[in-house]
Amino acid sequence: MTEIERHNYDVVVIGAGGAGLRAAIEAREQGKRTAIICKSLFGKAHTVMAEGGIAAAMGNVNSGDNWQVHFRDTMRGGKFLNNWRMAELHAKEAPERVWELETYGALFDRTKDGRISQRNFGGHEYPRLAHVGDRTGLELIRTLQQKIVSLQQEDYKATGDYEANIKVFQELTITELVKAGDRIAGAFGYWRESGRFVVFETPAVVLATGGIGKSFKVTSNSWEYTGDGHALALRAGAALINMEFIQFHPTGMVWPPSVKGILVTESVRGDGGVLRNSEGKRFMFEYIPDVFKEKYATTEEEGDRWYTDPDNNRRPPELLPRDEVARSINSEVKAGRGTPHGGVFLDVSTRLPAEEIKRRLPSMHHQFKELADVDITAEPMEVGPTCHYVMGGIEVDPDTGQSAVPGLFAAGECSGGMHGSNRLGGNSLSDLLVFGRRAGLGAAGYVDSLTGPRPLVTEAQVSQASKDALAPFEGSGENPYTIHTELQQVMNDLVGIIRTGEEMKLALKKLDELRQRANHIAVEGHRQFNPGWHLAIDLRNMLWISECVARAALERTESRGGHTRDDFPGMDAGWRSTLLVCTTSDEGIDVRRQDQIPLRADLLDLFEKDELGKYFVSEELSAHRAEGTA
Amino acid sequence: MGYKASFKVWRGDDKDGGLHDFLVEVNEGEVVLDIIHRLQATQAPDLAVRWNCKAGKCGSCSAEINGRPRLLCMTRMSTFTEDETITVTPMRTFPVIKDLVTDVSFNYQKAREIPSFAPPPGVQPGDYRMQQVDVERSQEFRKCIECFLCQNTCHVVRDHEENKQNFAGPRFLMRVAELEMHPLDAEDRVSAAQEAHGLGMCNITKCCTEVCPEHIKITDNALIPLKERVADRKYDPLFAVASLFRRKR
Repeated sequence: MTEIERHNYDVVVIGAGGAGLRAAIEAREQGKRTAIICKSLFGKAHTVMAEGGIAAAMGNVNSGDNWQVHFRDTMRGGKFLNNWRMAELHAKEAPERVWELETYGALFDRTKDGRISQRNFGGHEYPRLAHVGDRTGLELIRTLQQKIVSLQQEDYKATGDYEANIKVFQELTITELVKAGDRIAGAFGYWRESGRFVVFETPAVVLATGGIGKSFKVTSNSWEYTGDGHALALRAGAALINMEFIQFHPTGMVWPPSVKGILVTESVRGDGGVLRNSEGKRFMFEYIPDVFKEKYATTEEEGDRWYTDPDNNRRPPELLPRDEVARSINSEVKAGRGTPHGGVFLDVSTRLPAEEIKRRLPSMHHQFKELADVDITAEPMEVGPTCHYVMGGIEVDPDTGQSAVPGLFAAGECSGGMHGSNRLGGNSLSDLLVFGRRAGLGAAGYVDSLTGPRPLVTEAQVSQASKDALAPFEGSGENPYTIHTELQQVMNDLVGIIRTGEEMKLALKKLDELRQRANHIAVEGHRQFNPGWHLAIDLRNMLWISECVARAALERTESRGGHTRDDFPGMDAGWRSTLLVCTTSDEGIDVRRQDQIPLRADLLDLFEKDELGKYFVSEELSAHRAEGTA
Repeated sequence: MGYKASFKVWRGDDKDGGLHDFLVEVNEGEVVLDIIHRLQATQAPDLAVRWNCKAGKCGSCSAEINGRPRLLCMTRMSTFTEDETITVTPMRTFPVIKDLVTDVSFNYQKAREIPSFAPPPGVQPGDYRMQQVDVERSQEFRKCIECFLCQNTCHVVRDHEENKQNFAGPRFLMRVAELEMHPLDAEDRVSAAQEAHGLGMCNITKCCTEVCPEHIKITDNALIPLKERVADRKYDPLFAVASLFRRKR
């Protein structure tokens, strides 16, 4: 066997989206030699697809905003299943993280007085999203990428080597985490370009691999979103929480078929776009749930007035949290009131002049014109729900990002808890920055706390990982594309936006069959840049994680946020304080129940007791200020 | 609706390769990348291609279609006739790794050579104040998705390997312009644009602007204004005297 390439780092960050890059910047600024590993080229991560903005209560547009309001909105959006400590840290630290981006060179859209402009978004009480037109994700990724380059330039000045302290390993896939005893010792992977294996020896790994959307047929996610971090953590012994909660973004493109699922930003609605069914009716007024009744307009007139006078009117129901809007669209289409291509109409052309639409929503204008021959300044778009985001992920300590495995950290979409059962738009980019930084800090602190020799990666571990990675070349069965297509169909049809117990049992049976077949996958060609082989490896992760989603979804017998059961349509306060936790054992994937940590009293007091009563069982509210001595 | 299209796709590696013929199904609304994916799924499972977002936002799937630098995901099949043969080749300016995948490390190297944003001294985070009209010029350049099609098409380097060392290319000269026009950037970038990054080699043929999938006016809004600043500086008698004086010290 040829010698395997080996590297030694203090911290290895897997994933180069917003969370990974922010974690790496922090680890490097803490003086740690840091590696960043990504499956794509540097700067292409899925974060570039984020459109609307970064939620941060800076109060630049409405001075009534502050962290408490943001915290409340986040908890409401997540139907109070959120890890409250994460929601608290997030709301408090997001403004600093946004301002910091300006010091890295970011150029956000401005208010008249020269501050960062903020826009309205679903579920946010005030205009809160810092943005750059509708390409905020690109600005975020480029800014962080350029910050890393600037750190490399500093290192070059000091040492003559750009990569002395922070190096990007691009187009490299990690297939296995390696442990020594119970703690992280390194990671094993291969260069996509050459197929050659690489071993990273490191005491600390930060997972920032994003989501799992590629297990679904209709999705806004790119090919990279195969649940790698989720699966690596699970196999390494960490726990996944909230895996039943998947966000279906209400507005994906539905036509033409080849672009089905591509995201249509929520900013279209934030900037005044309305949803209509085939009868021309603004149907969202029919779908305002009881828990949100007081917060949303009940007539079109009031909703329309809100855009110019938000202080004296309630917002239109098009701006309900995403789970509500997605389900409503789904119901309209099912009831036969959909568009010719099975969506609903989203129209911003009647609200704004053409020039204003092009200025505020340039990439939507471009996307529809180039891909669908639709001019959004003159006609409505056709849209429908698309698998967008997984709320579930690796269970971590909110303050440091550390998982149950010593040395294993996670941040961003692959971690769980922050968003509860449903994420608000704009809270993802801020999540990446706040918890990316904290995970980088956590990993650096962990490395500092180590005494004695570093854990080692053994030859036996390397040879086992090599053997596993090469297995698809030995197979005699089907090609990976066929199995992937079937997996996407199963998840879409049976564990999708509306679920039933019977369908999910069927899904588990089918997933089991698919896994058997996947064990015999055959790939053609050699190891050099071979997409068939790459997919075969990613497919294992997708199968693991799809099973977690289906098992947890079957277990939770209520509907909440991104988990809707046709057979259990109501939200059950008894389930609010229960998390479902996935781990692995010799028998496969286990799902167990775990109690949520009770909401800290001062945070509980940020809400009125009446509102909490809709979500909590009454015993949980005994600490509320309204229960205090009168 | 569906029909069979004739494709010629370049396959090979850094040693040798050539065009391979394929007959492949095409459906309504599809783009060239869909067809490449269909080839992977049905006829050539190890056909190498880079892609990510499939929505023209990440700039990964750059290649040449019938000789024109394009994004595979933004080139609709409906722009071709049904009897047309469509030829897909890798970007020519960068070394081939395999099939449609090229080694674009040249661009990452050039990115490192441009000094980064220099924060204004004494201004605290949160205190940055800029007017929309002032940030818009640089914002246009920050729309860049780094597909490197402009770098690929630029004749200064397209068939002139020898120029690569001294020429940053349109994308990174535009980055210099972006920082130069940033309202709060504290560094002077004008002379370096000419001396270190090769702005003088650009003779504004606008090829870069023509291929930009983001429709950024690279030549008119970035390169020409940067050239004007260089010229102002170089031929301004006051500046000439001042720089003489500086050198003496």
